[in-house]
Amino acid sequence: MTGVLEKPAAAELKVVGTRPIRPDGVDKVTGRAQYGADYVMPGMLFGRIKRSPHAHARIVSIDTKKARALAGVKAVITAADLPNLASEEYEAGEGGGDLRDLSLNVMARGKALYEGHAVAAVAAISPVIAEAALDLIEVKYEPLPHVIDVEAAMAPDAPVLHERMFTQGLPEASSKPSNISRVNKLGRGDLEAGFAEADVVVEGRYVTKGVHQGYIEPHACLASFSEDGQSTVWSSSQGQFMVRTYCSKLLDLEAANIRVIPAEIGGGFGGKTTVYLEPLALALSRLSGRPVKMVMSREEVFRATGPTSGAVIEVKLGAKRDGTITAADIVLKYQAGAFAGSPVGAGSMTAMACYNIPNVAITGYDVVTNTPKVAAYRAPGAPISAFGVESAIDELALKLEMDPIDIRVKNGVASGMQAVYGPTYNSIAYLDTLEAIRKSEHYAAPLGPNQGRGLAVGFWFNIGGESSGAVHINDDGSAVVVTANPDIGGSRASMAMMAAEVLGLPVEQVRPVVGDTTAIGFSGLTGGSRVTFATGMAVTRAAEKVVEDLRRRAALTWDTAVENVAWENGQAVCLDPAKDVKPLTLKQLAARSGRTGGPISGEVSLTAQGAGPGFAVHLCDVEIDRETGHVKIVRYTAAQDVGRAIHPSYVEGQIQGGVAQGVGWALNEEYIYDKDGRMENPGFLDYRVPVASDLPMIDAIMIETAPNPRHPFGAKGVGEVPIVPPLAAVANAVRSALGVRFHELPMSPPKIRAALDAQG
Amino acid sequence: MPHVVITGAQGREFTGGAGEFDVAADTVRRMIIELDDRFPGFGEFIDRRMAIAIDGEIHQDAYAAALRPDSEVFLIPKIGGG
Repeated sequence: MTGVLEKPAAAELKVVGTRPIRPDGVDKVTGRAQYGADYVMPGMLFGRIKRSPHAHARIVSIDTKKARALAGVKAVITAADLPNLASEEYEAGEGGGDLRDLSLNVMARGKALYEGHAVAAVAAISPVIAEAALDLIEVKYEPLPHVIDVEAAMAPDAPVLHERMFTQGLPEASSKPSNISRVNKLGRGDLEAGFAEADVVVEGRYVTKGVHQGYIEPHACLASFSEDGQSTVWSSSQGQFMVRTYCSKLLDLEAANIRVIPAEIGGGFGGKTTVYLEPLALALSRLSGRPVKMVMSREEVFRATGPTSGAVIEVKLGAKRDGTITAADIVLKYQAGAFAGSPVGAGSMTAMACYNIPNVAITGYDVVTNTPKVAAYRAPGAPISAFGVESAIDELALKLEMDPIDIRVKNGVASGMQAVYGPTYNSIAYLDTLEAIRKSEHYAAPLGPNQGRGLAVGFWFNIGGESSGAVHINDDGSAVVVTANPDIGGSRASMAMMAAEVLGLPVEQVRPVVGDTTAIGFSGLTGGSRVTFATGMAVTRAAEKVVEDLRRRAALTWDTAVENVAWENGQAVCLDPAKDVKPLTLKQLAARSGRTGGPISGEVSLTAQGAGPGFAVHLCDVEIDRETGHVKIVRYTAAQDVGRAIHPSYVEGQIQGGVAQGVGWALNEEYIYDKDGRMENPGFLDYRVPVASDLPMIDAIMIETAPNPRHPFGAKGVGEVPIVPPLAAVANAVRSALGVRFHELPMSPPKIRAALDAQG
Repeated sequence: MPHVVITGAQGREFTGGAGEFDVAADTVRRMIIELDDRFPGFGEFIDRRMAIAIDGEIHQDAYAAALRPDSEVFLIPKIGGG
């Protein structure tokens, strides 16, 4: 797919841009929807995992004899029952990593690298027996010194997690094992000259803690391994093909012998772009000869699945008195968790992506720590670097006595400008997005006592990638759309809408279905804000293929050339002046499909290129309760460059959801560890995500002045960029309310109280 | 000839630290082959680790994408997402 698609003007669209009722809504609100934990099979066993109580320990021995002897226990596995994989890079859709690390994260071998690391698994006829069996597994550990904090892990004398890890990206190859897996450098211009030009310099060190994606549905799956080597997995994930690929590689099975059926998904936000349970459930099923169901507790989700990085962000900015930023020097240190691969690369590339600055240096450190391996979390890495950069920009604006929008407009990127990370932007509406906030009623609204206002901006790339889509016409003229992307953010609705637009059908006559790995061609994950863009492109082209076929069938019926047939409003219209015929509806064509070539359907698989980047500008008002230190979000407006909204309600929902998660990150969420490296708050009572009463109605403004020229309807990804600005927007609002800059998240009540006490 | 720039430090271990090249190639695949000929192993690295921005548009996997004689190509780390 390399050409620029022809886009209809918004006024010509009948379905795209409207707000139909979501096709999955009734099932979800009535409990009919099948989530990962809802699947049952006859003879099913219940799997449980034994986890390390130590943050870092050598595994001396594991004795499973007593557990295996317990009545009702059908299988027990350790790493010894899984292939011992060599270090090898793998690819799975847009993701990838080291196969050995993936395997070792699923089941520890030799060393436990974080509290909660799986060391053994059992399957039994009841959950109670499975739990009892875990207690009978005897694991001898040799506890080792551990390290949680990112800077402590970078220290020369830090406990080393991996003896064979040597820092990559240094000018000279290192021969000393280190927790710093890689150093990335990015930049342009002459930093020294840039700072020499500056009249004003601001510097700051900012800290964020590890936070979890906080999806409501814990990881869950059911796996059934048959005697003939065929297996089926039902699981909640962000990609059934990802689950198939990883199970195949980790268990050395043929992909053709694994069928993965996607369950409904109760949130993922990037955290379900990898596997934890599925390979273990399959291995237990293979050993026991029975289906095995595994469901994590909330505590396990916190202790053993990917949060995102805690980090340190150092920012130094220089500017002229007129607000022109002349230089930016940024250092990012990100926790990767137990295995290399933090999102510091994306954090580096996004850090200054909203700014057109000539002299920039960004250094990123990827650092392993004795914490769960991080997983993607909505715009991975970007909110962290944006917290530091946008706080520093706010400081700069205060120092220069400039309006926060003026300084961002003065230094903002526009189409034709080169991004700090390389490419030249085209079709972006960042400046329009800033101006939309300036023009909003919110921006000029008065503030009350103890209130403050903060503004911050954010960028995310969005991606395309591999996708498949199929459109089948039913015999009554209605349609089915099949894709392979779990519906997290409303993709069923948007797929149906795009197909309906092309076919000329009412959207209610198009049924969207998420197919399993045997029902439709490969698709990458639901992630990277790619589905409406990339899979939407595949569905649109599949629908166009169907329309071409319908025109051919109408031409055959009328005995005329296909060029004489137009497709208008869901029916074939004959343009041949020699023919006096009435239009043929889709229903009529479908009814006689057997005589015109058989079933009517089209399937398209493609690699979508040209995902347009997203920009967000957020404005937040807070009110501080000086007695308790509680920060209340009293008003929030979020504007976003969305290209063109396919289903505006879903786009607004994505914006609001991103803000809600960002507010939690800013105010309350954090992994808290005790001195032994054990997480102290692995539950929603002590790890506090925002609830409805914590948030006002979030006003979403969709900017549609720069539709994506590479998408048939102009869509850009929208799901990730809205989580980028809130950390800094809230922090800047708190700074405005209190006159105190918070350099560390979360800004929880004790910290606010301490700041107020310090003020006296 | 299309001009290729490596964004950041990744991949420069193959190129002796060099970050900019002119390539006689009219597609992404030919560009990768030429760079691999010059710097053995770099082609595989690009395949696995890099996304390719051609004249401002990011391509994740695009052997067939055309390069114009004046194309500006950036090799940037592959981007995922949540």
